[in-house]
Amino acid sequence: MAQLARRAQPLLARKRRGLGPSVPLRWQRALWAYAFLAVPLAFFLSIRIWPAVQAFNLSVHEWNIVGEAQPYVGAANFRELAADPRFARALLNTLQYTVVGVPLQLALGLALAMLLEQVRWLRGLLRAVYFVPYVTPVVAAAWVWQWLYSPNFGAVNGVLDLLGLPPQPFLNSPEQALYAVVAMVVWQNLGFQVVIFLAGLQSIPRVYYEAAGMDGAGPWRLFRHITLPLLNPTIVFSVVIGTLQYLQLFAQVVNLNFLDQGGPLDSTLTVALYIYQVAFQRFRMGQAAAATVVLFAVMMAVALLQLRFLSRRVEY
Amino acid sequence: MADRHGPIRLVAWAVATAVTMGAIVAAPGVAGASPVTITYWQYEYPSKVKAINELIRQFEAENPGIKVVHQTFPYEAYNQRVAASVPAGRGPDVVNLFYGWLPLYVESGYLQPLPPDAFPPAQIEAEFAPMVQAAKLDGKYWALPTAVRTLALFYNKDMLKQAGFQGAPATWDEFLKAAEALTERSDSRFRRVGFAVAPNGQDHHLVREVLFRQWGTAPYSEDGRKVTYDNPQGAAALGFYTDWVTKYRIGVLNFFPGDSGYRDALMQGLAAMIVDGSFAVGSIKSGARVDWGVAELPTGGPHPLRSNFGSFWANGITRNARGEKLDAAVKFLKFLTSEKAMRYWLEVVGEIPARRALADDPALRKDPVYGPFIASLPYAHATFFVDESGQRQVMLDAINAVILQGVPPAQALAQAAQREQKILDDFWAKRR
Repeated sequence: MAQLARRAQPLLARKRRGLGPSVPLRWQRALWAYAFLAVPLAFFLSIRIWPAVQAFNLSVHEWNIVGEAQPYVGAANFRELAADPRFARALLNTLQYTVVGVPLQLALGLALAMLLEQVRWLRGLLRAVYFVPYVTPVVAAAWVWQWLYSPNFGAVNGVLDLLGLPPQPFLNSPEQALYAVVAMVVWQNLGFQVVIFLAGLQSIPRVYYEAAGMDGAGPWRLFRHITLPLLNPTIVFSVVIGTLQYLQLFAQVVNLNFLDQGGPLDSTLTVALYIYQVAFQRFRMGQAAAATVVLFAVMMAVALLQLRFLSRRVEY
Repeated sequence: MADRHGPIRLVAWAVATAVTMGAIVAAPGVAGASPVTITYWQYEYPSKVKAINELIRQFEAENPGIKVVHQTFPYEAYNQRVAASVPAGRGPDVVNLFYGWLPLYVESGYLQPLPPDAFPPAQIEAEFAPMVQAAKLDGKYWALPTAVRTLALFYNKDMLKQAGFQGAPATWDEFLKAAEALTERSDSRFRRVGFAVAPNGQDHHLVREVLFRQWGTAPYSEDGRKVTYDNPQGAAALGFYTDWVTKYRIGVLNFFPGDSGYRDALMQGLAAMIVDGSFAVGSIKSGARVDWGVAELPTGGPHPLRSNFGSFWANGITRNARGEKLDAAVKFLKFLTSEKAMRYWLEVVGEIPARRALADDPALRKDPVYGPFIASLPYAHATFFVDESGQRQVMLDAINAVILQGVPPAQALAQAAQREQKILDDFWAKRR
């Protein structure tokens, strides 16, 4: 042992010499950690943060992506946005997607997670089945859903027909299209939501249920007074993440109606898609950057409000 | 030991490499006149890539002093790719662009006008199909195509025969009669459509450049600055089109799912007729399970004139080409737009030639597939788009408003005109 320590001595000494004798080992370790952290940080700063900052700058300029001219236009891009009924529609739709999609996703996710907790047989398989949509490429899934929704060939209308119900236009209808998109997004996100809730449920100690059960609490009261409050951190996480996802909705909308993206008649248009179209199909980069700034502000405000009003610290 | 020698060896290696590279680069200069290298960009499409490679080979054989580097990018990202290369100061000397994007690239100073001594405008107008004038801005030509595209009626021969027609309908009246006879549906579910309507496919062009004109109104003013379809004739034309769905029920929106569902429906024998471009010939040829034919678009309406929509990808010279590179680029462009290149292009890519001389070639006009497209060249109009995506959306929304929301055609068209006029005004305001 002593021999080993002696042998290690020069090694440590040599290492210390590297940074001078005054730097303690603890700091050296931290320095190394920071050095390694700096690499992804630099990447993150240059790839994500810096362009985001530039978007703010771009939002007060005009730029058609091709030209060199980038004249300063002040708030003109924001005025243009305010006057564009398509942008208002995109904002309203995005809000609607979020308000419908997030609660639906949470309620179904929680229900499924609780049911999965109850079963033992085939639990792993069932969990996988719910998770598969989450790892299915959006484009492929959108193709399948387009077929399901087809008024003339789709399975959904086939079922309605069997039940003697009138066929529905789904994606072809300005009134129904948004909900048809939500259904697909919920289906895709559900697996992830279930996994999150399963983890949350498993972290609740069994003893609470046993104690409350002995006091004569029924299933509803167990759910209402134990499961729900103790799941609060999971729920807050899911609401915030889910909301941010829905506020940035893009790929599903594009692929469900590829030749009239956001249609019919802008009924499925989202802010993210609006930004894409204005920036990369119409090359009005300044106006698109302005829309990005608005979306950023909305997302920031919503997330902060949710964290402020939903978080509750519960302890028993 | 090895550590101490590492850096030295590295430096020695680097010096040796640099010297060798320098020698390689300098070698042709030593051998004779250094060749001029120009870069050509187009989007990735197998038959086009093959054709350009072969044309470059021929061109380089004829012009030993010039080398052409050919680069391609995926179609979906092509426009963004070209656009992004501009501010970066890189990119091609000769570039293939969709004609509808030209105003953007001209406005930003990316393209230079074709030198009038090498490409006299009067000669272009005498020798090329009239639609090429969509590449003229401020009295100058900025790009020229090898091939152009027009629309035609694709039809299922067996079905039309079954409806009692020898060949394709020549007028819109006959078209409606055939389509009505061939549509099969129960209540609101269609099993087969007489015509696969596709406002988001080519039909918005059909309304804009064919029906408007046949019903007696030009879609835009001569100079392209004013929307001129907002009138009773325009409304009647739009109404005629939307009646196919709402009144005659010969088709339904998005009958067959997919990104080109209307075309798939024809190929699967689920639609008797579609309107599509010459660019669709390739996929229909290879995928159709039915006996199909092509015909010129029907005539009809109060002014039964022939009309068609034409479009093209054109080759322009960018501001990167200066001095001897510009000379080389001009030579290459002349070669790409020569009659010889066009014949080869038709053979390999299946796109119809842009020169009038070939449109008058009796052998080509008799071709059962390309003939009707080539015959349409003299009367095809290429819409002068200043914002292709924005203007497409306007017409699409007008059609959808009538079909899906029951908005009267006149009202839908008035709104479309207002929206589109704003797009035109925005563009022209920036150009004084």
